[in-house]
Amino acid sequence: MNQAQAPALDVDKRRQSAYVATQAADARLNLEIETDGMTLNIGPQHPATHGTLRLVARLDGEQVVEAEPIMGYMHRGYEKLTEVRTYPQVTTLINRIDWLGSFANEVPFILAAEKLMEVEAPPRAVWIRTVLFELSRIANISLFLGDMAVQLGALTPVFMAFRDREFVLNQIEAVTGGRFHPNFNRIGGLKDDLPKGWIENTKAVMGRMRDFCDEFDELVLGNEIFQARCRGIGIIPADVGLAYGLSGANIRASGVDWDLRRDGSEALAYDQADWKVWTHPDGDSFARYWVRLQETREATKIVDQLLDGLPAGSIMAKVPRIIKVPAGEAYSATENPLGEMGYYIVSKGDLVPFRVKIRSASFSNMSISPWLLKGVFVPDIVTILASLYFILGDIDR
Amino acid sequence: MSQLSSTETAPLVSGETPQAGISADDAEGEEAQQPQTDELREGWAAQMAEALGDGYCEHHIVCSSDLWVRVTRQAWVDAAIFARDRLGCDFFDWLSAIDWLPSPYGRDMDAQTDNPPQRPVESVEQGYGGGHTRFQMLLRLHSTATHTGINIKADLPDSDMSIDTLIGVFAGANWHEREAWEMFGIVFNNHPDLRHIYLPGEFEGNPMRKDFPLLARRVKPWPGIVDVELMPGEDGS
Repeated sequence: MNQAQAPALDVDKRRQSAYVATQAADARLNLEIETDGMTLNIGPQHPATHGTLRLVARLDGEQVVEAEPIMGYMHRGYEKLTEVRTYPQVTTLINRIDWLGSFANEVPFILAAEKLMEVEAPPRAVWIRTVLFELSRIANISLFLGDMAVQLGALTPVFMAFRDREFVLNQIEAVTGGRFHPNFNRIGGLKDDLPKGWIENTKAVMGRMRDFCDEFDELVLGNEIFQARCRGIGIIPADVGLAYGLSGANIRASGVDWDLRRDGSEALAYDQADWKVWTHPDGDSFARYWVRLQETREATKIVDQLLDGLPAGSIMAKVPRIIKVPAGEAYSATENPLGEMGYYIVSKGDLVPFRVKIRSASFSNMSISPWLLKGVFVPDIVTILASLYFILGDIDR
Repeated sequence: MSQLSSTETAPLVSGETPQAGISADDAEGEEAQQPQTDELREGWAAQMAEALGDGYCEHHIVCSSDLWVRVTRQAWVDAAIFARDRLGCDFFDWLSAIDWLPSPYGRDMDAQTDNPPQRPVESVEQGYGGGHTRFQMLLRLHSTATHTGINIKADLPDSDMSIDTLIGVFAGANWHEREAWEMFGIVFNNHPDLRHIYLPGEFEGNPMRKDFPLLARRVKPWPGIVDVELMPGEDGS
């Protein structure tokens, strides 16, 4: 059978690269130094770690022999809580998973529920949803662009990032009423329509964000120190990344051309815009930064195009006032700022979900860190963790 | 969206190349009008059934949306390897479990007492792909080439809640299995590092089990239910 034979080569190749991958982490260790081991506790309240991630690193000289992230300081048990909340109530909770891109958290859950209910949001709602999704991506990633520089000792970019991000947050607030926790999605559509004059303002902000990206292109990416600290540091081969469940810009920086916005089957309006999925072949910290910068610029273009073609019509489909979701199971995943975020909903036809599995991007993205940090030098821990870009709420859920 | 459920094994689609699979996937929109056929997913299920033999139980397809395959506990690792190597599901999405026991506390968001379980365990009803046990493993893999996902389930008998680890297949399974271990109490054989990931080390019980009460509701009633506050001057009589 063709099918059985064609991928057979891949299997050998995969085994080979899997072997190389396991060896590579060990090979990075230079055992010649062999000093007395030392255990370095980074966090949970350390400025170089975001939120309350604690990292226990066993060192040999300047090299990390073993690094282990310790999570759970912020575990809020959302999977359990969703089992006692009605569907409309759940969005309030899941808003707080990735708190920098909170609008984007709601969307996959709502899409999964809509899938089970066989409800389709009207086109205008889908378009606005996509626009706000991209706005939260810009708000989220622009902060990363500044924050990564802070980890390298450059303070200016983060202030610029906070400054320009504010304009995006203002636009989100103008529509949803919330800067951080919009809670704006409804099953079957959105809560409200766009306010008057919003489209023009948003386009102006998008222009500003493009300038912001150009500025960072020179200021950070073009910086010699930045390149010296990031190029060739924390390299993730594509195979290893996929096996660890790495998604989003992290895996695209390893050369995997895969973006759920383009490749996913979810009901969002990305196919209506002309945009590009950026990848980088290097897989190092520099590549992850580079890809995210391109993505921010690309997101501004998506927003501009979608606002140009915004269809008229209602923003809410006809749904019952009391929402009961028919029995069944559905999984919806979208390309969130941090990577793939998905919700697996098991419904028993009740007012509340029977079980919700939350697939958050940072949890999988961070699971590679024990492998990735093996054998690196202490200062590189900071740049590698920063370039993986995680939000604690997204790890702990 | 209509659903196609099939309990028996679908005929093997021979000669279907991965390229054909992609084009079938792309043509989803045009096929939507026609009655439910999903060649790619049918083909995957058939291939899996052939490869796993007795280890294969059932599958369920929601047309042009998703595929569920249930395998036995013994075939769990084989199914993952087959999906990775033959179906091209190279992306380890996530791994978790489902407790199918109807919650003895129901939706009692303001339940203040420890009710004994009211519904017998016999009323357990599994979802897509069927099943016979209270606990089921759930694994999701995704193909970055054909952009198709697969959900693999496996039954776990109450008498022996253990299953082989997937770390050898997908290194990323490590943390997900640790989470499933502490949340559901499922033991993963040969897992090198099975200890708490979220909960403190001395935590007792498995919070995601349905018979584990939501302790926050024991301490403080759900404000959404008792949010009618008396106005000043009202005695509530």
